[in-house]
Formats: sequence, structure tokens, C-alpha cells
Amino acid sequence: MFSKWFTHAKRSAAGKVVSALLGVMCLWLVGTSAAVAVIEIEITQGGESAIPIAIVPFGWKGGGAPPADIAGIVSDDLQRSGNFSPLNKEDLIGRPVSGDKPRFGNWRIAGAEFLLIGAIDKAGENYNVEFQLFDVSQQRLLSGFNFKVTTQTLRNAAHQIADEVYEEVLGIRGAFNTQIAFVSVEREGGKKSYKLQLADADGQNPQAMLTSPRPILSPAWAPDGIRIAYVSFENRNRSAIYVQDRQQGSRKKIISKAGINGAPSWSPDGTRLAVTLSFEGNPDIYVLNVDDGATRRITTSPAIDTEAVWADDDTLIFTSDRSGGPQLYEVSSSGGRAERITFEGNYNASASVSADGTNVAFVHGSDIGFQIGTFDRELGLFQTLTDGSLDESPSFAPNGQMIIYATELGGRETLGAVSLDGSVVQSLSLDTGGVREPAWSPFTN
Amino acid sequence: MNKSISIGAVVVLSSMLVACGSNPKQTTTQTATASGATVNPVTIDGVDDGTQIDPDSIAGRAPKERVIFFDFNKSEIRPEYLEIITQHGRYLAQNPTGRARLEGHTDERGTREYNIALGEARAKSIARMLQLQGVSSAQLRSVSYGEELPVDEGHNEAAWSKNRRVNIIYEVEVEVQN
Repeated sequence: MFSKWFTHAKRSAAGKVVSALLGVMCLWLVGTSAAVAVIEIEITQGGESAIPIAIVPFGWKGGGAPPADIAGIVSDDLQRSGNFSPLNKEDLIGRPVSGDKPRFGNWRIAGAEFLLIGAIDKAGENYNVEFQLFDVSQQRLLSGFNFKVTTQTLRNAAHQIADEVYEEVLGIRGAFNTQIAFVSVEREGGKKSYKLQLADADGQNPQAMLTSPRPILSPAWAPDGIRIAYVSFENRNRSAIYVQDRQQGSRKKIISKAGINGAPSWSPDGTRLAVTLSFEGNPDIYVLNVDDGATRRITTSPAIDTEAVWADDDTLIFTSDRSGGPQLYEVSSSGGRAERITFEGNYNASASVSADGTNVAFVHGSDIGFQIGTFDRELGLFQTLTDGSLDESPSFAPNGQMIIYATELGGRETLGAVSLDGSVVQSLSLDTGGVREPAWSPFTN
Repeated sequence: MNKSISIGAVVVLSSMLVACGSNPKQTTTQTATASGATVNPVTIDGVDDGTQIDPDSIAGRAPKERVIFFDFNKSEIRPEYLEIITQHGRYLAQNPTGRARLEGHTDERGTREYNIALGEARAKSIARMLQLQGVSSAQLRSVSYGEELPVDEGHNEAAWSKNRRVNIIYEVEVEVQN
């Protein structure tokens, strides 16, 4: 079901705003730089048919405060999906922990359809985190795990618990334990500083993998979740496409020809990049072997062809203005005749394809500006999901359920995320500058 | 991982739990993996921000009007700029060692990579006109920044009209190519 979201002001007035300041949590994360910028996530509109779930604070027998608020992290994750509505803390009628037998009747009266309980225990330097998920009406244990985690992976354990709840209840793989890449722009003195950053999908733990005084563009995750391709203008005469290993910190210039070197996108097998090059005259799509740099030209039109993405191993979807304005086209990844696939309006560009190849998200230009639209390749259905005026750079979550995109709120560059049905919207902003060009990571485990 | 096995074990446990009301004893173990805890950062600095131009050099004496503006989503040259471009064409043709970089830019509307292509089309419109006047292609270099380097960061037509441009930048005569 498609429902439009309101303007930001209206949404705030509706009292549905849940704001989470996340900067403090970064402090105990080892390896983050001293000046970690605060990323703030705001849930600006919740789902209407969300499933009520009671998430009880996890038990902790150690002294002092527990090392992480696992229940809080799980609750935030599930709420952000729009599919769940965690009970308010004051509505939790009991505090059972792992191993307790829940009083299902009471939880049913409290309105919970599902119940998640758990406990954290210290195990030497590390921790054990365990949880049980119950179906309240059936009074049945659905799932339970025991995680051995370190201080660094406590949050990941929480995200994996959220993934498990999501999959048990909805039958769809969760994408909470994934990452996003984005470009931030901060002003230091009179100069701009561009950073290619990686953060957890909830905005936590942002880390710059590349810092440059000149523009960085179009980050693209390899299927391994380790290599990232991007465009850098560090040489003022010529752009270049680099592939960087985020773990090693090593980078390799893949191509830098005269004219455009842009819009990299990884093939599903991780061996090739679709790119835009213009050294042969005007912008066309090429497929490039990452290992040896060999290129193969895919399109030859005299128009602008760019922004190719892989729908599957054999199919590319790209933007072309061969018919006048920019529209999306499909072409074989070995070349051949391209076929136009978008016909609504006169500006459709910058496609992202869901991992199963079913849905395409793209930038749709209309009288009121640029919004994120989607197109179902099987059913041919088109819909507009957002109502910003400068929304761009859509990128699907690896489970295809959310789309992250760049938007503008109050003159500031922020990121937005919208569910595939348009029913839940959230925004993510940086307190020290603008954020743009988000790219959601693949599943990596 | 061996998740299906784990879940199966839990289902058995759950029926035990309902049957005898005892505490569930977890036997399934899964180790949480850290997603992207390791990032090895790279910093680029010492980027050349342009060389000081000698005012008596070819670059220093070039025509002073060096910005050409465009209409939204267009790369055609507006008639009022023909005279300025002609001056540059004549000057470069008369000074064959002179070199110019044509930097194409767009406003923020539309997608970033499409705007890179649009900015290049603008730079190339100018390059074509210059070449018609006898400027050699070796004297010219086109580079597009799309919407990445606006001169005015406003979100209105007044700002956008300033950002849709090509900057003609004269370079020192000996350039290191890479």
C-alpha cells in the first residue's frame, strides 16, 4: 500500500518523532578517531500496520551499567523498519530475562504479539548475549541464540538479534547488521573537506575511509563488502575511478582517461565494473575488468549514456537522453540494442536495482522537483515514494525493503530512508556538514 | 552458517518449554560477526590548487571574460557569449603554445553523474567553437565537475543560473600530464 509522507514540519507536529542521539555510544568503540561527528537519526513517519512487540531490557548480573543497551538497539532497529511497533518501556508489565518463563496472558493484555527477552553475561574479557523470541498468542518459543561477543561486536550482536526477529516474524531477511557508505562535505576554514565514510546501517560508528580536499563521487560497494569503487577529482585535470580496500587501506586507480571517468557499478560476480567513459567522443557505457583494466564498449549512441547498474549478470540498466530527456534503458551487459523502460514524465535517472532484480528505484523529475520513484520490472508498476524537491542517489538495502537516498532538509544535505511501500520515512544527518550519495552495503555474512 | 540446524534445535526446545514449563536451556551458539569494524583510512593532501600565472605570459594576457553561462539542462551556447568565445578563439589561435582548460559545471538539479555528462557537453560546445577558429585540440582540455563545485550554494534560480557555467582557465604553457 502506498501512502505519502508529510512534510518534515507536519511530521514533527504529529508527535511521531523519535530522535536518538548516537554520538555518545561511539566513545567506547575502539579505533574510531577522536573527532567523531554525531550522526542523528530521526524517524519521521512510522508504519501504520506495525506489529506490536515487547522488547524487555536484557538481564545483566555484572556490576554497574550493562555494557550495551541491547534491547534498546534491537528496538530502534525494528522500529526503523516500519514493520514493528515496540511497546513503550512503561507498558512493559514485567522484566523477565533469558531463562524465565513468560506470563503470556499478561503480555497479551499488554498488547504484545511477540516478546523478546535476553541477558548479557560477562565471560572473561568478552560477553555472552542470549535471547529468546516468543509468539505471545501461541505461547511458543520461536527462536533463541547465544552469541559470544567482544566489546566491539556487542552492537553487531544486537543488530543480528533484530535480523533474527525480523526474519522469524516476517519471513524476510533483516538488513540491520549491514553498513552504509556516503560522502560528507565539511567546511574547514575556507576549504572544503570531502570524506568517503562508512557507518553501520543505524548511522553508528561513522569512519572516514578517504579524506580529500577535492570532490569524491559515486561510491559503489563490491559484492564482497570490502572493496569500494568511487570517482575522485583529486587530480584537477582529470577524474579517475579508484577501487579501495577498506580493511587494507590500499587503493588502486582503475581508469583515468580523457573526459569522463564516472558512475562505477560492480557486476554481481565482483569481477567487472560498468562505468561511464567519454574518451571516444561522448559519454557511453563500458564494462571494465577490474583485474586487467580491459574495457568493452556497451553503448554507442551520440546522446549521454551514464549511470549503469547491474540488474543481473547479463543485464544493465542505465540513463540515456537519446529520446530527449533522461530516461532509463535496459541493455545486455555484452552490448546490443537498448530498450527504454521508463515512460512516466520527462526525467528518470540514476537507477538502483534490488538484489533480486525485481524493483528499480530512480530519480524522478516532476513539476515539483526531483523525487525517488520505483518501478516493478515484473508488474510494470510505477510509483513515487518521496516528496522532496531535490531527492537523489537512491540505493536499495540488500534485502530490498528500504531505499536510502540523498535529500535536503532546511537547506542542509541529509540522507533519507524510505520503505519500499513508502509507509516509513527516516532521516539521517551529520551535525558538522552535509551528507550525500549514500550506498547501502551488500550482505556480508 | 548452519542456521537451519540451529533453528531446528530451538523448535525442539520450544515444545519442551511449553510441555514442561521448564526454563529453556539454549544449546545453539552463534558468534556475532562485526560488520566493518576495520576501516583503514586514506588521506589525500598536497593537492595542487593551481599554479601562479605570470601576468606577462600568454595565460596572463588572455581575454579577461572567462565564464560562459548556460540555460537549464542545455549545452547550447547563448548568443550573447559568441563574441567572448570568439575573442578566446582568436587569441589561442594566434598563440599556439597557449593552453586552456574548459571546466564544465551544472546546477544542483538532476542526478550527479548525469550532470557530470551535461557539464562535459557544455565544455565541449565551447571547445568545438574554439576549434572552428583554428585552435588546435592539443591546446584544449575539457573537464566536467557537474554539480560538485557550485559558486553559489543557494537552492534557487539566482544561485542555479550562476552555477550553470564553463570556466575557461588558462594554464601555464608547460604542463605535466599524467
